[in-house]
Amino acid sequence: MSMIKAESASAPTNPGAVLSRGVWTQNPVLVQTLGLCSALAVTNAVANSLAMGLATTFVLVGSSIIVSTMRKLIAHQIRITTYILIIATFLAIADMLLEAIVPGVHKAMGPYIALIVTNCIVLGRQEAFASRQTVGLSILDALGNGAGFTVALLLMGIPREVLGNGTFLGVHVMPHGFQPWVVMMLPPGGFFMIGVLLLVANWHDLRAKSRAKAPLAAAVPQPATPRSTPEREPVPA
Amino acid sequence: MSDMFLIFVSAAVVTNFVLVYFLGLCPVIGVTSRSATGLRLGLATTFVMVLASLAAWGLNFILVAAPFLRVIAFVVAIASIVQIVELFVKKTSPTLYRDLGIFLPLIASNSQVLGMTIFQTNRGYTLAQGLMFALGGGLGITAVLSLVGGIRERLELAPVPVVARGPAVVFLVVAMLSLVFMGFAGMGSA
Repeated sequence: MSMIKAESASAPTNPGAVLSRGVWTQNPVLVQTLGLCSALAVTNAVANSLAMGLATTFVLVGSSIIVSTMRKLIAHQIRITTYILIIATFLAIADMLLEAIVPGVHKAMGPYIALIVTNCIVLGRQEAFASRQTVGLSILDALGNGAGFTVALLLMGIPREVLGNGTFLGVHVMPHGFQPWVVMMLPPGGFFMIGVLLLVANWHDLRAKSRAKAPLAAAVPQPATPRSTPEREPVPA
Repeated sequence: MSDMFLIFVSAAVVTNFVLVYFLGLCPVIGVTSRSATGLRLGLATTFVMVLASLAAWGLNFILVAAPFLRVIAFVVAIASIVQIVELFVKKTSPTLYRDLGIFLPLIASNSQVLGMTIFQTNRGYTLAQGLMFALGGGLGITAVLSLVGGIRERLELAPVPVVARGPAVVFLVVAMLSLVFMGFAGMGSA
């Protein structure tokens, strides 16, 4: 649970920054590499990616509201268990909603809906943000992170469905005679896609940093975080 | 008997929890930078999974009337199991506790254990089949964790381009490993 660390010192209090941070500069998948299990498992179709993103956002917003409302009542020792119970409650609601609204997608996602409970992003935001901040800011933070997660899922889901199946949301988009890259739909394609995305994110950061060093662009502050040294707990020998 | 063997092999290699079901990627990327670490974490996970399989089998009898409470009940059961195992190991073997100490709480929020209990429930496994599934899945995870740990040990010495350092190159390596495991597809059905 390396993602759980205090953010109180660096957490911005201005609402716009709270919202946008989750979407881009602190994107949960692309920058913090969290929540990968559900990110990789369902992104072989655009519809599933979208459903997973929205369901996770719903769970994230719901549990953030409850956790930040009750933050003074939850005892420190049992906080993780309490968060998980709150998250699991919202998950049960999201599960039933999905089954009622889009039964086909619900079936295709199978057990991965239940696994939103163990998605590090949801628990991480409760521990790092909602348990210390007001309800309003927590909702914004949850919305930002949920949107960031959805964007990352779509970035993986769109190329995987287009290349792997030649379709977009089930509609054929590739020219006639296009041979689908079946491997993109299979598990290795998921790992490959996230590898490529992280590569592109790395490249973007490195470029931003080298530009920041150049004298002309010195005045522009770069929010880039060092990607090559992710903040992890020390690894036991 | 052959049925049991099939479940074991399917869970361990054909539908490997990490490489095919994408379960528990945080420990693969975050923790496993040494082969020995991966092996130890994998064995601890296997142990918890077998206990969780037993608990899920029992809980399923109670939860027939209320299937929507399943995930909540499983999560609480897994968290309690991890807590009990932690206390037990601490009392009986302080050396083992020191080795596993960091990993045990991690397992409580691990999607592998929860995923295993849900798969077991959805497929309607009996007690013996469920235990076999948990054991096979756990050993499959152990194999992958120690493989990835070993590859990462070598990767530290390799001249990786700056742009690919960090998680990116690990994912590309895991993609290749996953491709290798696709070769097992078709060995019996899950």
